[in-house]
Amino acid sequence: MESALLAGLQGLLDGPSHLELGQIVMILTGSLLLYLGIAKGFEPLLLLPIGFGAILVNIPLAGLMEKDGVLRFFYDTGVLTEVFPLLIFVGIGAMTDFQPLLENPKIILLGAAGQFGIFLTLLLALALGFEKLEAVAIGIIGACDGPTAIYVSSKYAPHLLAAVSVAAYSYMSLVPLIQPPIMRLLTTEKEKKIVMGIVKQPVSKTTKILFPVVVTIAASLVAPLGTPLIGMVMLGNLMKECGVVERLKHASENEITNIVTLLLGLSIGATMEAGKFLRLETLMVLGLGLIAIVLDTAVGVLFGKLMCLLTGGKINPLIGAAGISAFPMSARVVQVEGQKYNKKSYLLMHAMSANAAGQIGSVIAAAVMLSVLKGMGIG
Amino acid sequence: MATSVIAPMVGKILKVEKKIGERVEEDDVVVVMEAMKMEIPVVAPVSGVLKEIKVSSGQAVDAEQVLAEIE
Repeated sequence: MESALLAGLQGLLDGPSHLELGQIVMILTGSLLLYLGIAKGFEPLLLLPIGFGAILVNIPLAGLMEKDGVLRFFYDTGVLTEVFPLLIFVGIGAMTDFQPLLENPKIILLGAAGQFGIFLTLLLALALGFEKLEAVAIGIIGACDGPTAIYVSSKYAPHLLAAVSVAAYSYMSLVPLIQPPIMRLLTTEKEKKIVMGIVKQPVSKTTKILFPVVVTIAASLVAPLGTPLIGMVMLGNLMKECGVVERLKHASENEITNIVTLLLGLSIGATMEAGKFLRLETLMVLGLGLIAIVLDTAVGVLFGKLMCLLTGGKINPLIGAAGISAFPMSARVVQVEGQKYNKKSYLLMHAMSANAAGQIGSVIAAAVMLSVLKGMGIG
Repeated sequence: MATSVIAPMVGKILKVEKKIGERVEEDDVVVVMEAMKMEIPVVAPVSGVLKEIKVSSGQAVDAEQVLAEIE
């Protein structure tokens, strides 16, 4: 009896005795993500479930990512099938107002320019020895758009999913720190002070309703493999603009997005097992992701300078920084920076146009990449 | 001659920082408005005396709406 009791008590020590150094490091990493989310307010909706998932999956013998484990179920059901990021896209579409873009359509060019960093980083990742599909997943961090990064990496490089998503979401919240030095460096005093006129172009309801339908058809014909991405964003937006499916729109931007965000975050955290995450390539992904965002910002601002030149100084190049997708953070950064140099400069709405263009731009960039890869026989 | 302080974008007035009759310098904040969940300080385009304030806090304003007059 006594020996049975002792053996039973011994069982309680199994967990701690199986704890390895790597798992301790990952539990601390998970805790750090919790800290950043809770105390620092960095994308808490995602970093909290990711951090907690990372802790759970590194508990020895718990088997949450083994066959029949609960996190394995979430991962297989939602991430491997790409269903979770796609559902998030419906919510994003339902929350995004493309009005600033429709008021000022020429700004859409900045949304395209803001995606060049993705392609430059892709080339850099290839040069560093990453596989082609891995390089695509890494480059897409530069889109500064979490769900797009998750979608592309779960499709092409699921083993890099955790690193790519943590990089994408961390850098998104660091946009107010990452972008201003680049913006200051690349613009002259005179350019920083440019005042842009007030945007006041009425946009009809019909235009707003047609926009998601036309963009879906046009973009999907050019890049068919991106149809799930663009289609879901635009479906959400159509529900928002048409005004007749208020319940569906409400559910998409609230209940569905909230539930999926929780399960998606946990699933991503669940891929952070010590043996798979603690590798040199994770650090390289984090480094390249930062480079991608820096390059996107730089190309956006440089393109803004070109537009400034072509319009005879009517466009403040600072708004080019908002061509990345981090919506609406980068537009706010532009407003703050612009007003630092000229108190009479109100760039917010112009930057919002660029930012909304960047939102579509990142999805289209991903779609184009998927289709080009397919055309090359990769993927 | 009066110069208008106009709303640079659609939004809501959060705070009126100056009083009628008060002297304002160019670039002084006259009104703080909120747009896209962000506080936007709207400054005086010229120096002068604030002759009229046409809005109050909480009020929704359109782009180019006149907020105040400086003389």
